[in-house]
Amino acid sequence: MAYLEIKNFTKNFGDVEVLKGIDMQVEKGKAVSIIGPSGSGKSTLLRCINFLETPDSGVMVLDGETLLDCSKKEKRDDKTLRNKRLNFGLVFQSFNLFPQHSVFKNLTLAPTLLLKDKIKAYKKELKQNKELSFKARKSLINCFKAEQKELIEKTAEELLVKTGLTDKKNAYPCELSGGQCQRVAIARALALNPKILCFDEPTSALDPELTGEVLKVIRSLADEKHTIIIVTHEMGFAKNVSDKVVFLYQGKVEEYGDAKEVLENPKSEALKNFLSSVSEKEG
Amino acid sequence: MDFLTITQTLLEGFAVTCCLFFITLLLSLPLGLLISFCTMSKFKPLSYTFKVIVWIIRGIPLMLQLFIVYFLPGMLSKEGINIFGELDNYLYFELGINAGGALVAALIAFIINYACYFSEIFRGGIESISKGQYEAGQVLGMKKGQIFSHVVLMQVIKRIVPPMSNEIITLVKDTALARVIGVIEIIRQAEIFATKALIWPLFYTGAFYLLFVGALTLLFGFIEKKLSYFKA
Ligand SMILES: Nc1ncnc2c1ncn2[C@@H]1O[C@H](COP(=O)(O)OP(=O)(O)O)[C@@H](O)[C@H]1O
Ligand SMILES: [Mg+2]
Repeated sequence: MAYLEIKNFTKNFGDVEVLKGIDMQVEKGKAVSIIGPSGSGKSTLLRCINFLETPDSGVMVLDGETLLDCSKKEKRDDKTLRNKRLNFGLVFQSFNLFPQHSVFKNLTLAPTLLLKDKIKAYKKELKQNKELSFKARKSLINCFKAEQKELIEKTAEELLVKTGLTDKKNAYPCELSGGQCQRVAIARALALNPKILCFDEPTSALDPELTGEVLKVIRSLADEKHTIIIVTHEMGFAKNVSDKVVFLYQGKVEEYGDAKEVLENPKSEALKNFLSSVSEKEG
Repeated sequence: MDFLTITQTLLEGFAVTCCLFFITLLLSLPLGLLISFCTMSKFKPLSYTFKVIVWIIRGIPLMLQLFIVYFLPGMLSKEGINIFGELDNYLYFELGINAGGALVAALIAFIINYACYFSEIFRGGIESISKGQYEAGQVLGMKKGQIFSHVVLMQVIKRIVPPMSNEIITLVKDTALARVIGVIEIIRQAEIFATKALIWPLFYTGAFYLLFVGALTLLFGFIEKKLSYFKA
């Protein structure tokens, strides 16, 4: 069984069938590109994977754990969803950085908030140990807090280095270029160390001369064997960086296979047309 | 009567004006936030109820609302006693406070009225935040409350400072309406001079308002500047 298994995802918005039974596999440490014309359901698929939408039917298994099975009655409360979402990271087309926070705070905010829960759990654990005095417990907790905080900050610093943003640590999103914003967004997603990182057209909102710096970062993540799902219109990138390509057409997987194979020898009329329309735009 | 005594007397009225202003502001802000959550609720009966309430409160004159709050409870009670009038008497004879019952009635009317206006500003601000901000918080594993307080709130505040300052400055001047149910705020205080054929103190009250509004304008300008470090 693959690392991530998606079976028979369907999704309707009212009368519109957006996803009509999507099957997909992602292997650990591999990158999968999703391509397809606008409106074919690419974003909807990513949003279902990230628990921002609920599919009408389907199963999703990650690393042997069934995260979603629409045929069963499942808990859908805030806490359950949050825990499931944390398996994935999502980078949006429009960045969605937090404008009032500095770059550094954008990276550390979510981990710091999660730390609160961790501290609570740690406190509970310590309470069970009756031999510990109140004072000893207190100092253990403070120690834990400081340690974890340092870890969060160290991780954020490392991510800034990785995304080439060390000099922008204290800048605010409004002071950054689109490419820098998107790199912050990538670092922010990585700060939670997700098992799978998803990108929804990460370069579509950027000026052409800025797409390169973002793609370079994503390529380096692929080289480091992060598991990646990326919706993209950059065919060159899809071909060179991703291992597999999914061609989505009218809510169905029209073609699926090794990236080079699918893009160099398209079988279906739809993919041939799509590829020629994309290359026309680029040419 | 000399200028100093008149200033002193007017200051007493101005203290009541300030009291109306600050207490109304302090209580109508959280109440307004609560009402805005109610009008945005997904539970339709709740949101419709509050939309109707906001419509009524914003639809009738504030002066009329003052009369309603002051007289209606008495009309509804079996004994027909004017509750706020009784409170007036009690406060006057026990504590020597003049027009205290009317002050309470005025506060209630102002708080409800301004909470409704504020709620609409809050709602506009909250609804103007893009869905993407909430989703970014969600995919980062934040709780709903955390998304509101750590992601949305500051952006909302930044956006509502201009309309809020407008509304708050209007409140300063609306406090003068409380005189219709007998609250002795600054203009009513000046009118007492006018009945003794001394008119200019009435005009002089304008200076108090101008100074107060001037200070508020500076304050809001300062807040806007403080929040200009980010774009939202
Ligand atoms: N929340 C929604 N409500 C109704 N229709 C939607 C919603 N989200 C997406 N759709 C529709 O679903 C279809 C696929 O959208 P999307 O997944 O965004 O496609 P893509 O990302 O491939 O361009 C489109 O026709 C779009 O109008
Ligand atoms: Mg899309």
